[in-house]
Amino acid sequence: MTEILRAEGIRKSFGDLEILKGVDLTVSEGETIVILGSSGSGKSTFLRCLNLLEEPSGGKIYLRGALVGAEVGATGKMKYSESALSKLRSRVGMCFQQFNLFPHMTVLQNVMEGQVTVLKRPRAEAEEAARKQLGHVGMEDKADSFPSQLSGGQMQRAAIARALAMDPAVMLLDEPTSALDPELVGEVLRAIRQLSDEGMTMLVVTHEIGFAYHVADRVLFLHQGVIHESGRPGEILINPQKERTREFLHGHLQFSLPTESG
Amino acid sequence: MTDGHVWNFAPVLENLPLLVSGMGGNVLLAICAIVAGFAVGLVGGLGRYSRKIIYRWPATLFVEVFRNTPVLVQIMWFYFAFPVISPFRVSSFTAALLGLALNTGAFSAEIFRGGIQSISRGQWDAGGALGMTYLQQLRRIVLPQAVKRMVPAFTNRAIEVLKMTTLASTIAYGEILYRGKVLSFSHFNPIETYTVVALLFFTLVYPLTRVVRRFELSQKKDQSGD
Repeated sequence: MTEILRAEGIRKSFGDLEILKGVDLTVSEGETIVILGSSGSGKSTFLRCLNLLEEPSGGKIYLRGALVGAEVGATGKMKYSESALSKLRSRVGMCFQQFNLFPHMTVLQNVMEGQVTVLKRPRAEAEEAARKQLGHVGMEDKADSFPSQLSGGQMQRAAIARALAMDPAVMLLDEPTSALDPELVGEVLRAIRQLSDEGMTMLVVTHEIGFAYHVADRVLFLHQGVIHESGRPGEILINPQKERTREFLHGHLQFSLPTESG
Repeated sequence: MTDGHVWNFAPVLENLPLLVSGMGGNVLLAICAIVAGFAVGLVGGLGRYSRKIIYRWPATLFVEVFRNTPVLVQIMWFYFAFPVISPFRVSSFTAALLGLALNTGAFSAEIFRGGIQSISRGQWDAGGALGMTYLQQLRRIVLPQAVKRMVPAFTNRAIEVLKMTTLASTIAYGEILYRGKVLSFSHFNPIETYTVVALLFFTLVYPLTRVVRRFELSQKKDQSGD
């Protein structure tokens, strides 16, 4: 399968604290990868390193096989020009836990903003693409609303449309449902699942184990800054090999209901 | 009346047009100082906010020097000292403008810094994640939100600057206070002259403060409405 995004030996330290200790990952076209891990395991930091919102302390990012940034001498240290960052990020969509919609713009303007300022699309074309993507996530009737007039679930769906309108090669979703009321989680997960079914390449950091089980092609369990265990959801979530993964899942699943058949 | 003071408003009223047109000088000086000062303040505020020491250090030095010295001293310095250490002779207007603009720049740098800091990191992240450059994030995302919050501080500052323009009288710039001073010397009527000067200033500034106040209230209503 075609390689979309590759991370090689990603390390990240904040001061003396080493959050990521060398993470390798290759994301293939059409794949949905769910990243699990307890808080502090570095999963959000890893996601933010992939589009360089966080500059890794070490390691390399490749987009469609092309190295992002330039190596400084033979030190392995990378240097990222503003244009290299902009190019990468315009191809990699991201959604945040807190949505981060632009509150001074309508939903439609939010979805048009990146297209107009970064991709330099003509306004009419940008508006058409924006309305199409808003329709995609069931938000076409909220195009002229301001973010403050929306529910959390609507805000996150608008944020997904904003990222999609850039025609990204891959989408990064950082705990997209963690800030939502429980009753609003479903509508956002459904929108993400639909994208996955349509073949969008995605990396999702989440605590929704059920979502991981049903939607992911691959699950990574991040622990203490490394990929502790990874594999197909059926393997990792049902029959984990490592003690720490078992403990994590046990903590998350101990109150789940029995299924009808079982 | 004390010391049998004989009130003599006649010379002041005769020269009223002179005083009023002098106030035009105050307004002109204030507008130039505010525009230049806010521009300097934006650059200074970004420098103060910067993570890079080569931007932050000079910006901090500038802000501290101009915030912690009197404007009057700054104006005097530009008028008398600047021509000595540089090849330029400056007019009293230019000297007053430099002092007021740089002082306003230092204060508004702090306003900009505070306003920009009040915008959450997530807004920068969201702009960055779309591929926006630093300047695009600033211009399209952060400043439009920050400026709205900074409006009250800026308008208060603008009114202060308008009043501070009278300091230019000390270096003989022909604004209202300087003309008043000349008038009171020639007619020996400082009380009457300065009373009229104060009243004229009041009629200019008071309506401005009312407009600003009303604007602030409507802003507050907007914010509580969402």
